[in-house]
Amino acid sequence: MSLVLDGVRLRLGERQWCFDITLPGDGVHALLGRSGSGKSTLLNLVGGYLEPDVGRIEWDGHSLIDRAPAERPVTTLFQHDNLFAHLSVADNVGLGLEPSLRLSAAQRAQVSESLDEVQLGGYEQRNPASLSGGERQRVALARCLLRNRPVLLMDEPFGALDPDTRAVMISLTRRLIDRQRPCVIMVTHDEDDAHAIGARILELIDGTLRRRAPR
Amino acid sequence: MAGGLDPLSVRLLDRSPWWLGASGAALVVLTLVGMPLLVLLGQAGELPFARIVQDAWLRRVIGFSLTQAALSTALALALALPVALALHHERRFPGRRWLTALFGLSLVLPAIAAVFGIVTVWGGSGWINAILDTATAPFRGTAEPPGLPVLYGLTGILLAHVFFNAPLAARVLLQSLDDIPVHEWRLAAQLGLSPAARFRHLQWPVMARRLPGLATLIFTLCFTSFAVVLALGGGPRATTVEVAIYQALRFDFDLPLAVALAVVQLTICALLTGLGSVFGRGDDGSLGLAERTADDAPWPRWHPHAHRGALQRGLDRTAIAAATLLVLPPFAALLLAGFNRRTVAVLTDPVTLDALFNTVIAGLAAATLSIALALGLLSGVRRLHLRAGQRHRTHGGEALQALGNAILVIPPIVLGTGLFLALRAWADVFSLALLLVILINALMGLPFALRILAGPVLDGASARDRLARSLGMARSSRWRRVDAPLLRGPIALAAAVSATLAAGDLGAIALFGSDQVRTLPLLLQTRLGSHRLDEAAVTATLLVLTCIVLFAAIRRGIGGAKESRS
Repeated sequence: MSLVLDGVRLRLGERQWCFDITLPGDGVHALLGRSGSGKSTLLNLVGGYLEPDVGRIEWDGHSLIDRAPAERPVTTLFQHDNLFAHLSVADNVGLGLEPSLRLSAAQRAQVSESLDEVQLGGYEQRNPASLSGGERQRVALARCLLRNRPVLLMDEPFGALDPDTRAVMISLTRRLIDRQRPCVIMVTHDEDDAHAIGARILELIDGTLRRRAPR
Repeated sequence: MAGGLDPLSVRLLDRSPWWLGASGAALVVLTLVGMPLLVLLGQAGELPFARIVQDAWLRRVIGFSLTQAALSTALALALALPVALALHHERRFPGRRWLTALFGLSLVLPAIAAVFGIVTVWGGSGWINAILDTATAPFRGTAEPPGLPVLYGLTGILLAHVFFNAPLAARVLLQSLDDIPVHEWRLAAQLGLSPAARFRHLQWPVMARRLPGLATLIFTLCFTSFAVVLALGGGPRATTVEVAIYQALRFDFDLPLAVALAVVQLTICALLTGLGSVFGRGDDGSLGLAERTADDAPWPRWHPHAHRGALQRGLDRTAIAAATLLVLPPFAALLLAGFNRRTVAVLTDPVTLDALFNTVIAGLAAATLSIALALGLLSGVRRLHLRAGQRHRTHGGEALQALGNAILVIPPIVLGTGLFLALRAWADVFSLALLLVILINALMGLPFALRILAGPVLDGASARDRLARSLGMARSSRWRRVDAPLLRGPIALAAAVSATLAAGDLGAIALFGSDQVRTLPLLLQTRLGSHRLDEAAVTATLLVLTCIVLFAAIRRGIGGAKESRS
C-alpha cells in the first residue's frame, strides 16, 4: 500500500505547486518549509479540501479525487479548531465513530478508552472551552485514534503548544503511530518536531516537493 | 500616565467644550421623552384602571393584542427558519441577490403601503381571487366562484405581520448561518456528518442562539404595530391597544381612557424590552442592516453543501419559492397598481403634492435630528471612555447610550399621547402637527442611528485619538481626514434608514394630522379607508417611490457612490 501523487499540479492565483511523490503505506514524513511556502496545500489536496488542476492522487491503487473528505481513507489533525465548541468532549470524540452520535454502550466505552489513551480519562462531559490548548489537541488525537484511518495528516499539530505540553503530545502521537502504523504526513516549521516523531524529511522549495537527501 | 498622553495635549483636549454636544443631545432626549411621560403619569392618579380590568371589551383588546403578536411571531419564525436554511444552502440561483435585497426592504417599507400591496394581491377583489375566478370559470357552471377568506381581521393582520417579519427574521438567521466558521464545515466534511447531524450540531445551535432575541423583537413589533391593525383590523374583534389609544384620543375624546391604555401599553412594552435585553445577548443588534459582503460564492467541492441530495434540494427550493410568492407579489402590486386611469388626476392634485412635500420634509428633518442626537450622545460616550483611560466602558457612557435606547420602550402612540397632553394647554396641537411628527420620528429613529453609528464612533476611538493627538492634528483637519471618512458611510446609512422610517410612519401623523397637515401615509390610509382604491394605488406607489428615492439619494449623497451599493 502506498500514497501516490503523480503529476499533481495546482495553480492558485500567482502561485503554483507541483507534487510528484510516492510514500510507503506506513511511512512517517514531515514536510518542512518556511511559513507562507504553502505547506498546507499538500494536506488540503490529500484531505480533499482542494482539487488539483491535473494529476493523480491514489491510495492503494484507488483514486482519491472526486471523493468527499469523509469518504477518503484519511483523517486530519488541524493546528487548531478541531473541536465543536458547543459539544462535550465525549461527543466530539464520538463523532469519529458515528456521525449521527447515536452511540451504543460499547461505542461509548470505546470513547472513554481512547480518552484514557490520551490521558484525559474522566473528561467526557467537559466543555472544550474549559480545556487548555494542549488538552484540546489531545481530544482531537483521541478522535484520530478511533477513526483509525490509514492516512494521518497533521498540520502543525504541536505549533501552538508550550514545551511541556508539546512533549506529552509528541509521545502520545508517537504511540498512535506505533500502534496503527498509518501513512503520516506532518507539516511543521520545526525540524525538532520532525525528528521527535522519527519522520523522514520532505521539503517544499519553490512549489516543488522533494525528499531531503539523508545526511 | 494613563494612556501615555503628554500633558499639553490633555489640556488642549479638555479646553474644548466636548460636553456641549453630549449634554445638549441628552437634554433634548430627556425633555422630549420625560415631559410627555411625566404628564402621562401625572394624570394616572384618577385613571379608570378598574374599568380596564372589568370591561370585557378592553380585556378582549388586550387579549387580542397579545394573541395576534404571539401568532404572528410563531408564523414568521416558522417560515423564516426553512427559508434562511434554504438561502444558506442554495448560493446560486437566478435572482438570489434580488430576493435578499427585497428581504432587507421590509424594515424600511412603509407599513401602510405594504398593507395596500397585500390587499391588492390577497383582498376580496385582488389578484389571487381574480386568478381563481378565471381558472375555475369553465368548470363551475353557475356556482359561486371560490374565494379567499376575508382579509380583514386576524387573517389579514397575520398575513401582513408575516410579510414584514419573516424576511427580517430570515435575514438575521441567514447571517448567523453564514457566520459559521469554515473550520466547522471542514470538520463536518472530514467526519461525514449527515444533513440531519449538520443541522443538529452546526446550524441549529447558531440559530437557536438568535431565536429568543428575535422572537422578543418580532413580538414587540407586532404588539405595537399600528398601521397594519388600523387598516386591516375590523371592529372590537380585531383591535390592539395601540389602535385603541388612537381611537380613544381621536374619535371618542376619552382622555382618561387613552392615558390608562397608554400606561398599560407602556408597562407591557417595558416588560418586553426587559425580556429582550435578557434574551438579546449575543445579538449584534444590527437587525441584518449591517453592511456585508454578499456570501454567494459557490460552495467549494469538498463542502457538504455541495453534495446535497435531491430531497434536500427540493425542500430548499420549495422554501425559496414559498418566500418569493409571499414577498414578491405585494411589491409588484405596489409598483404596478399605481398606473391606472386616475394616475394623472391624483398626481396633479394639490392635496397629493402637499402631502408629498410634507413627507419629504418630515423624512429629511427627522433624519437630521436623529443623526445630530446620535452623534451628540456618542461623542459624549467616547469622551467619557477616553477620559477613563484604557477602560472600554464607563457608567456615564453606558447611561448616555441607554438614554437613546430608552425610546424603544415607549411606543410612538404613547409618546404622542403624552406630547398631546403636555402641549394642549399652550398651543393648538394640530397646527404643530408636522413639527410633532418630526420630533416623534426623530426619537423613533434614534435607536437605529445609535445601533449603526455606535461601532464606527466608539471602536478604536482611543487608538485614533492618541494617534491624531500625537501628530498634533487640529480638530478641523482631524474631522476632515480621520473621522469623516470613517463615519461617512455609517452616517449615510443611519440617515437613510431614519428618513425612510419617518417618511413612511403613520402613527404620529394619524394622531396629529388633519385636513390642513397630511403626509402620504395618512393620505393613503384615508383613501384606503374610503375604498377609493385607484387613488389609493397611485398614492401607495408614490409613497414607495418617495421612500426608495429618499433612501438611495441619502446613501449616495452623503455616503458617496461606493456606499450606495448594498
